[in-house]
Amino acid sequence: MGDDWLEISREGLDVGRATAFVAHPAAGGLAVFVGTTRGETNAGGQALLALDYEAYEEMAIVQLRDLAARARARWPVVKVALLHRVGRVRLAEPSVVIAVSTPHRAQAFDACRWLIDALKAEVTIWKKEAWEDEGVKG
Amino acid sequence: MIRIDVRLFAILRERAGVSQLPLDLPDGATVAIAAAALLEALPVLRNDLRVAAYAVNRAYAGPDAVLEAGDELAVIPPVSGGGGGSGGVGGGGVGR
Repeated sequence: MGDDWLEISREGLDVGRATAFVAHPAAGGLAVFVGTTRGETNAGGQALLALDYEAYEEMAIVQLRDLAARARARWPVVKVALLHRVGRVRLAEPSVVIAVSTPHRAQAFDACRWLIDALKAEVTIWKKEAWEDEGVKG
Repeated sequence: MIRIDVRLFAILRERAGVSQLPLDLPDGATVAIAAAALLEALPVLRNDLRVAAYAVNRAYAGPDAVLEAGDELAVIPPVSGGGGGSGGVGGGGVGR
């Protein structure tokens, strides 16, 4: 994987593994963001069971590479992991993990925030709500 | 004439009932021309196409981008990756 771990995954995301991946002797700060599915109730009184994610994977992977390159151009990034789920993500489960390491902590915070904001704005991934009592229980 | 491959995702795929379709266009056709042809082929997508972005061969492209035979044109509804709750309409950006 080298210095970047970029993946669209059908399996559960391992936050610990992503954190360990970006650790490096050249880095003094690691920042990790985890996006999870937040529960809610719709206007019809149904509870959210999960979010189902799909991706235009061939383009999303190209975009993740581009995001990593742009982050490296702006900050002295040592290592970065950008991981996103496809498939069903239940409440409080991770849908996205951004992990980045830099020499100093301010850079890590800034790069991490920028990466998740850019991913949300640009990368070809979509979510669809799965509500209870729609034949998709659990 | 050129033939391109159109790919539909998420709400577009659900509404159209297909994930992929070929489109025959005049030589030198632009993304805008392809979008009009797509609307004619699948009028059910009228409202969704108004807020869709387009990508040619895996890179966002504007309406004036010129298409070539064999190109892959993806129609991209507002993206909504990255976690959180249900976003509703306009829950994400539409590309650079």
